[in-house]
Amino acid sequence: MAHVATLILLMPLVGYLFVLANGKGLSERAIGVVATGVVALSFVLTVVAFFLLLGHSDREMTVHLFNWISVGSLHVNAALLVDPLSITMCLFVTGISALIHLYSIGYMKGEKDFRKFFLYLNLFVFSMLLLVLANNLLVTFVGWEGVGVCSYWLVSYYFDRDSAASAGKKAFLYNRVGDIGLLIAMFLLFHATHTLNYLGIFHAAGTLSPTVATLTVLALLLAATGKSAQIPLFNWLPDAMEGPTPVSALIHAATMVTAGVFLLVRMSPVLAMSPDGRATIAVIGGVTAFVAATIATSQKDIKKVLAFSTVSQIGYMVLAVGVGAYSAAIFLMIAHAFFKALLFLGSGSVIHSLNGEQDMRKMGGLAKYLPLTFPTFLIGWLTISGIPPFAGFFAKGDVLTNVFEHNKPLWVLGIVTAILTAYYMSRLFVLTFRGTERFREDTHGHDPHESPWVMTLPLVVLAVLSILGGLINLPWAHGRSLAEFLNPVLGYVPHVAAASTAAQWGLAAVDVAAAVFGLLAAFSIWRNITESSRYESSFLEHVWHWDDFYDATIGRPLTEVAVFSDEVIEPKVIDGAVTGIAVATRNSAEGLRKLQSGFARQYALAMVLGFAVIIVYLVARVH
Amino acid sequence: MNVPAAWYLILAALLFGVGAFGLLTRRSVLIMFMCLELMLNAVNLTFVTFSRSLSDIAGQASVFFVMVVAAAEVTVGLGIVVAVFRQRASTSVDELSGLKG
Amino acid sequence: MIASTYAVPAILVFVTSALLILVGAVGVITVKNPVHAAISLIMTLFGVAVAFIAQSADFLAAVQVIVYAGAIVVLFLFVIMFLGVDRPTRMNVEPLVGQRSFAAVGVVITVAGLITLMASSHWVSGAKSVSGHPLARGSENVKQLGTAVFTTYLFAFEATSALLIIAVVGAVLLARRERASTPEEVNA
Repeated sequence: MAHVATLILLMPLVGYLFVLANGKGLSERAIGVVATGVVALSFVLTVVAFFLLLGHSDREMTVHLFNWISVGSLHVNAALLVDPLSITMCLFVTGISALIHLYSIGYMKGEKDFRKFFLYLNLFVFSMLLLVLANNLLVTFVGWEGVGVCSYWLVSYYFDRDSAASAGKKAFLYNRVGDIGLLIAMFLLFHATHTLNYLGIFHAAGTLSPTVATLTVLALLLAATGKSAQIPLFNWLPDAMEGPTPVSALIHAATMVTAGVFLLVRMSPVLAMSPDGRATIAVIGGVTAFVAATIATSQKDIKKVLAFSTVSQIGYMVLAVGVGAYSAAIFLMIAHAFFKALLFLGSGSVIHSLNGEQDMRKMGGLAKYLPLTFPTFLIGWLTISGIPPFAGFFAKGDVLTNVFEHNKPLWVLGIVTAILTAYYMSRLFVLTFRGTERFREDTHGHDPHESPWVMTLPLVVLAVLSILGGLINLPWAHGRSLAEFLNPVLGYVPHVAAASTAAQWGLAAVDVAAAVFGLLAAFSIWRNITESSRYESSFLEHVWHWDDFYDATIGRPLTEVAVFSDEVIEPKVIDGAVTGIAVATRNSAEGLRKLQSGFARQYALAMVLGFAVIIVYLVARVH
Repeated sequence: MNVPAAWYLILAALLFGVGAFGLLTRRSVLIMFMCLELMLNAVNLTFVTFSRSLSDIAGQASVFFVMVVAAAEVTVGLGIVVAVFRQRASTSVDELSGLKG
Repeated sequence: MIASTYAVPAILVFVTSALLILVGAVGVITVKNPVHAAISLIMTLFGVAVAFIAQSADFLAAVQVIVYAGAIVVLFLFVIMFLGVDRPTRMNVEPLVGQRSFAAVGVVITVAGLITLMASSHWVSGAKSVSGHPLARGSENVKQLGTAVFTTYLFAFEATSALLIIAVVGAVLLARRERASTPEEVNA
């Protein structure tokens, strides 16, 4: 088992190193095969590890790689923790990564620096696995930073485009602000429990004082908002759509952005000690979900709609974590990975067929030209809207039921968000696949063509997973469900009365009604129009002017300070001080030079005066 | 009645002061040497005074040697003066300012 | 042999010597003519000799007159004449700024300080020597001094003798007129 786990982690790294060393000489096909192969192999090994773990009595295993840091009372080892949560994460990370690698072979064909893309993609998978499999906070942090930097590289893949370069920078900087939270959490936890090891922290979690626990939870929340794009650090994600579509699918839908939720779930024993922290998490999640959904209703770019949809869905996951429904959060994470990757890859297929067009106003009527993309995208659309019996219905329903049990106002917000979700996704679907054909200009009069099999095969696989995904955590299947599997590793949450079966059916009905209402509304409004001043607003389109707010309060003052430093402090103070020393030395030397007059009598006078000083000192000493 | 040693010591101090002032103020090399002699004499007077009050002949022996050395010093010093000022018209020491920085 | 039986009051001797010394000293530093300054110096030296005698340093008084007033001042006068600077010099202008005032200040402070230091240590703070005899006058003084120089301070005596030789040689070399060097001397 130890070997299996180590290999899972190392396979993508091997791929990275191999392509790094040999890539310049290999063909595109060879690079693609190697890169995809290692990740696929990782997936297979993860499945093996999963069954091994099921057979293991402890359901948890530490794999020690090497001793890393041993300073004073800080002992951190490079070690892996194989338990239900990490194996679950690994399964869908490696699986979806393998599919997206395959997809990228087709999507990135002919791009300059094909090799660089796969290098970064493999390195990303390695970092994500490191993050998930680590057995202590510090190794997680290494993986955390690794995915951040790979995201930066991949978002600014088309670096000669200004917008792409600054989007990469923006993503990295926002992540960095969040990282401060993770560092503070590490400091607090180490100070309180003297260990950064998860198992050690969990054993000692009960001893945390409420203040320390709440502060730690808030710090972890800050880290999670940075990585998972929640309020207040969410506006990097829409900009990150500048990267190639497979990147958006992998990193900004299925894996990296879930890292924040994963961290919170992993630290659930600590969350258990702080009701205030959990309440804050829930509010942040709920509000983010709502705000992002409103913004998505007014976006014109297909990828931006999906980006805000991601922020919104992760808001649901964070909301679930906040009310203590950890397994529901993970369930939604997995389902979301399936359908969001499907939607992104599908949109990539659409963009590919239209030679790079991303504006929905220039699409339409694509249903008959994309025989594989269209049905798979339809399934993804139905799933995210929450139509039964697809995965999204069960996952979102699980989350909303748990929220209803704990916090009614947030449940209402969740239902409103669900309506909006169905609405904007249906709007996207209608504008892209139905209605009149508005793309002839982009395709120069030709018909759009379907994508090659390397791109459509992953779509099919993901569609199947979206259909069947609900099975892993059916609400009535107590015993063989995800919740049961994850239960041992999750923290305790105060028990509230579970909704009765009747109430659950009622809630499910409300979910479906919300979805259908949103769907029908979109169909009726958007069937014939592409723009509407009544149903779209520039306030929503401009992300509630969030970017402008940050620019005015943080960006511009900092620029002023920088300009001031450059124009005033640098030349006058710093240069002045250095030059000033030189000038002072020279001036004093000039002054002292006058002592050397060349006249012996003056030298003699100096001696006499010196002697006079000594005499005065001696007289003073005597008295 | 014996003159107290203090008076001689004060006298010697004053003589020393006069000699020092002259050394710093006069420009002629030869007069500066003479002021130097004044200072040396002041020192000799002090030695002798102490020798008498402490009843130790060592003070007078010191004066003996001071006189010898003063003589030698004047010899060599005047030799230098002659060597340096042979060609010039005046003996002003201010002319020798070649060490000006 | 200077008889010590005169009943001249010591204070009179002191006043005489003090007058001679101070007037001579002030004369040295103020007169314009170097030759006149040399004469003033002689006056001071005589005053010092008188003070020596009053302090039972008879031999030294003699040496003072012979060596100092007799040889050294004469040497001074020789050089003055030789260099031809026996003309009066201008005294009123002082080219170095502040030299006189600073010199006055420095000297006054030094002298005052010295006097204060001596006063505060009760003028003579050493212990009376118990090893030697009290100072004698006249030939006894010569005997005492001679004994001291030739026994206790013999090494210093020898060293100063060597010093005199060196001084003579040095003075001769310094005052020698430069001779144009011949070709053989250049190649050597």
